[in-house]
Amino acid sequence: MSVLVDNSTEEEQALLDITSLSVQFHGEEETVDAVAGITYKLMEGQTVALVGESGSGKSVSALSILQLLPYPQAQHPQGSSIKYRGKEIIGADDATMRDIRGNKISIIFQEPMTSLNPLHTIEKQINEVLFVHKGMSKIEARKRTLELLKLVGIKNPAGRLKSYPHELSGGQRQRVMIAMALANEPDLLIADEPTTALDVTIQAQILELLKELQDKLGMSILLITHDLGIVRKMADRVCVMTEGQIVEQGPTEKIFSQPEHAYTQELLAAEPQGKPVEANSEAPEIMACEDIKVHFPVKRGILRRTVSYIKAVDGISLTLQQGHTIGIVGESGSGKTTLGLALLRLISSKGAIRFDGKSIAKTKGSQLRSLRQEMQIVFQDPYGSLSPRLSIGQIIEEGLKVHRLGGNAKEREALIVEALNEVGLNPENRHRYPHEFSGGQRQRIAIARAMVLKPRFLVLDEPTSALDMSVQAQIVDLLRSLQVKHNLTYLFISHDLKVVRTLADNVIVMKDGKAVETGTAKEIFEAPQTAYTQALIKAAFDLEVVNQEAISA
Amino acid sequence: MRGDSQKLFGITLAPMNQRRLQNFKKNRRGYWSLWIFIVLFGLSLLAEIIANDKPIIVFYDDQAYFPIVQALPETHFGGEFKTETDYHDPYVQNLISAKGWMIWPLIQYNYKTVAYKLPTPAPSAPDFDHWLGTDDQARDVVARLLYGMRISILFGLLLTAISAVIGVTAGAIQGYFGGVLDLIAQRFIEIWSGLPTLYILIIVSSVLVPSFWTLLGILMLFSWVGFVGVVRAEFLKVRNYDYIRSAKALGVSDRMIMYRHILPNAIVATLTFLPFTLTAAITGLTSLDFLGLGLPAGSASLGELLAQGKANLQAPWLGLTAFVSLAIMLSLLVFIGEAVRDAFDPRKLFNGDRS
Repeated sequence: MSVLVDNSTEEEQALLDITSLSVQFHGEEETVDAVAGITYKLMEGQTVALVGESGSGKSVSALSILQLLPYPQAQHPQGSSIKYRGKEIIGADDATMRDIRGNKISIIFQEPMTSLNPLHTIEKQINEVLFVHKGMSKIEARKRTLELLKLVGIKNPAGRLKSYPHELSGGQRQRVMIAMALANEPDLLIADEPTTALDVTIQAQILELLKELQDKLGMSILLITHDLGIVRKMADRVCVMTEGQIVEQGPTEKIFSQPEHAYTQELLAAEPQGKPVEANSEAPEIMACEDIKVHFPVKRGILRRTVSYIKAVDGISLTLQQGHTIGIVGESGSGKTTLGLALLRLISSKGAIRFDGKSIAKTKGSQLRSLRQEMQIVFQDPYGSLSPRLSIGQIIEEGLKVHRLGGNAKEREALIVEALNEVGLNPENRHRYPHEFSGGQRQRIAIARAMVLKPRFLVLDEPTSALDMSVQAQIVDLLRSLQVKHNLTYLFISHDLKVVRTLADNVIVMKDGKAVETGTAKEIFEAPQTAYTQALIKAAFDLEVVNQEAISA
Repeated sequence: MRGDSQKLFGITLAPMNQRRLQNFKKNRRGYWSLWIFIVLFGLSLLAEIIANDKPIIVFYDDQAYFPIVQALPETHFGGEFKTETDYHDPYVQNLISAKGWMIWPLIQYNYKTVAYKLPTPAPSAPDFDHWLGTDDQARDVVARLLYGMRISILFGLLLTAISAVIGVTAGAIQGYFGGVLDLIAQRFIEIWSGLPTLYILIIVSSVLVPSFWTLLGILMLFSWVGFVGVVRAEFLKVRNYDYIRSAKALGVSDRMIMYRHILPNAIVATLTFLPFTLTAAITGLTSLDFLGLGLPAGSASLGELLAQGKANLQAPWLGLTAFVSLAIMLSLLVFIGEAVRDAFDPRKLFNGDRS
């Protein structure tokens, strides 16, 4: 590695000075440039945001600061330099790196579910950091752990010490992760999409917490995110990344008010926009349910007696007219998805369900199967919802075969091509496999699979949550145009109120299986009545925490 | 993106499988083991042509005969008896060479030919006629090894295939439907696999007349259980995936979902298992034969050869031959198994990929 001239005398020394950092991954056949020469600085106490869509290399560049990439497949070409307080990190020996990792620079990851070891208690995991870096005794470490848990706002910290990760909610886990990261009072906290996997309400809380901690501890934050709302709220400086390069950087205000690069402008304009389709208010009812209940029994003891029920859906009624969209919003665990599955008769439920005027609550066997053609579902995770071993054509064809649509193979092929065209994919690609497509493309495939059956009612279960912002906007546009074209009826499930606002004309706000507020989209978004809805809306649109007692911890 | 499509025996492979094939080939030891095993197995399939007490071709009186596939009485060649020709008889050999010629296999004995003209009493030591000597009934060891290997491998393959079918089906049904069915079946399997297999085999084989098929049946009673666990686990896991739910939402029947969507996932686990089941099957047959409870007396078998080696310690070529050939065969299978396992290991597959 080349030794660069120390230019710290020129100005105030940067905490982190990254100069033309590149990262290459050497595959079997080809070399991929994940990061291609990025340069930025991070000052003491500052928050810098790396913004970009998935695959832009933002995470890789952050991981290389801690030298956590899978070396030697990953390599930094000549000229790359990462300086922490003037000290070169690339090529530093193991002892130096250990001192930096977790001690000077900490990282929190996106997925709090997998970042904590499920086999150890919270106390043990936080203690470990303290043992390694501070050499604390057990009693000291316990004291410090309690302090930390209090600091990150865990309620009843002493009682939580012996908890295992699965006993905590997603937000609490992320708080524990932050506590671990802060254990040694690092100078720099790298937050890699810290809130992406969390509910909007929890997201607002975590962001609040990070800001508070920063003020209290005076650390710097390197924030990696694709969400511009978070950037605007949190960051002092912004680096916009695409295809491994920083295309624009500057103070947050300037980037948002006068974006110079075309990509930045595109990114800023990429929020899902538009209004719900104006549907005929006289349209016939297509889907209705009354007092739907889905209760899962909780069994205990040797005899597996049912001691109580988890009320996933607890008495929801709704009516949906043809061509309309109803939005189901709420935090995770509020029973939104269960409701959708119950309406499609994919799980058993109590209560009346009517489809097209006929009761379907008791329909069975082949009648139910033929009903499936008319009601379809699109799932959240475009990676999990496509069978990895079937080609796109086969995936879309399956429904046609089941319902004996489109006669022979040739006619089916024509229908598949039509469906792919309809969702904006090149039908030439129908012999390819799901892993060859991006998240947005996969979601289009999942929509094509549903659309090829020409359904009348479509349940959309968080179809945009796993996607980049600009792709979300495209999918929303696609859904809207399909709705107009085929007079489709949607049940749109989402925790993302921004997206719901662009599609739904009616909204049901759910909490713990119950509807806390029902009304037209206008009523709900402009004049929310309940504290819970207000908290949701404030968190989603302004990333602010209000009515904390109304929402879950 | 998609690599160039590669063909294996004319079947176009999915990219994932191409990569697995590449990974398998990259494990040199496993790859070569597979080829050596195929060659050895191929040779043993041709045992009749390699080791037989009848010539491959007899050309007699301007006409070609194939004694291996057609039985010819001695009178046909102008001899005395109406029984099948003994081509080792010098009298017959003279008759044939007078009016034609014959081509002998590499080894002029099959597994049950008794060599009467031994220089020493049986078991005789290796010489140019009998490369690995003869056993205590004066039968050629190379011929018996060849035939014995064939029967072992065929037995193993058949047993593995059938128990895989039963085990995968049972595991699939249990994993997919779960609930009470799974609970009952799991308890049954626990009890079943807790039974002392070898004793039961000994008892059953003392009641039934042991033959290739009865032994296959007896061993199968227990060998299918091994597959259930892995397949059941895979089904339990995959049945909750979104693409299974999507398929259900499409109205696809349970049978199709199991077959088309989940089974391919379980196949990986099963394939990884196969070579090891095969070794277990071969070892099982050998041990039964060794105990004298296996194939009927007189059949070529590695276990019987081992037993002879034990009984005739003064003739080390018997025990050594059986031991070495078994060791080689089982090692080859284990090497192949390891290579298959590594080839299907997703961690080896995706190393270096990171977002």
